[in-house]
Amino acid sequence: MPLDPSLIGRTYPPTAPYEVGREKIREFAEAVRDANPAYTDPDAAKALGHPDVIAPPTFPFLITYRAAAQVVQDPELGLDFSRVVHGDQKFVYSRPVRAGDRLRVTCVIESIKSLAGNDVLTVRGEVHEESGEHVVTALMMLVARAAEAGE
Amino acid sequence: MTAIINYDDVEAGTELPAQTFPVTRATLVQYAGASGDFNPIHWNEAFAKGVGLPDVIAHGMFTMAEAVRVVTDWTVDPAAVVEYSVRFTKPVVVPNDETGATIEVSAKVAAKLDERRVRVDLTATSAGQKVLGMARAVVQLG
Repeated sequence: MPLDPSLIGRTYPPTAPYEVGREKIREFAEAVRDANPAYTDPDAAKALGHPDVIAPPTFPFLITYRAAAQVVQDPELGLDFSRVVHGDQKFVYSRPVRAGDRLRVTCVIESIKSLAGNDVLTVRGEVHEESGEHVVTALMMLVARAAEAGE
Repeated sequence: MTAIINYDDVEAGTELPAQTFPVTRATLVQYAGASGDFNPIHWNEAFAKGVGLPDVIAHGMFTMAEAVRVVTDWTVDPAAVVEYSVRFTKPVVVPNDETGATIEVSAKVAAKLDERRVRVDLTATSAGQKVLGMARAVVQLG
């Protein structure tokens, strides 16, 4: 069954705040072998004008991917996650994520398309600091491969 | 403070310093832990082959994280990246040996935009295959 395009625009409740810690940023920066001191040294980050260490550009995915579970597991959407691959990813930043942020994600079904029998679902995650300040928008495009004949 | 790239000093075609990033199974296990993405296609060879992959593959988001380092190492301040997008075209296949795989990333200024911003186009390959498509960053310069 193809995904129902009438669900485009469906908006999910904001997630509970995710508190960004300095050590989590350090762990992530080490995992991607990125030695930029802005990620680990508060003084280096301050020298660049940031109030505290900032996170690498793809760090927000940790938070938005978790939040997107609400969409992916929405029974009304009926996505077969076993057939899903990550097609595209985009981030649009108002500012970098930084230590001390308490981030909430609001997920929206941005688009649903059918291409060559595959379902293409784009989930938009709007990431705001608890204060209401916009931090980053993440767009995750997932491709659910068509079921093969006989399956 | 290290020099910040000035908008007036770059033009369409300006190349950023290219880099090569090694990836071993250990890298993927560490990334799985740090990111919370424990999909077994990124660490379990039997599982990966069972779903039709040639071997364990790197997380697409790992490759995306490596590629942007060519930009953030150039700008020094990672906050200069105001937009970043990629398409995952081919997997980075990571064999179970000491060398693993490598991701080669090059980038160049594709266009000068308004507000002292530039669009940087990235090319990422592994084992001769393009692993990212439409990889672009919009970068705020000084």
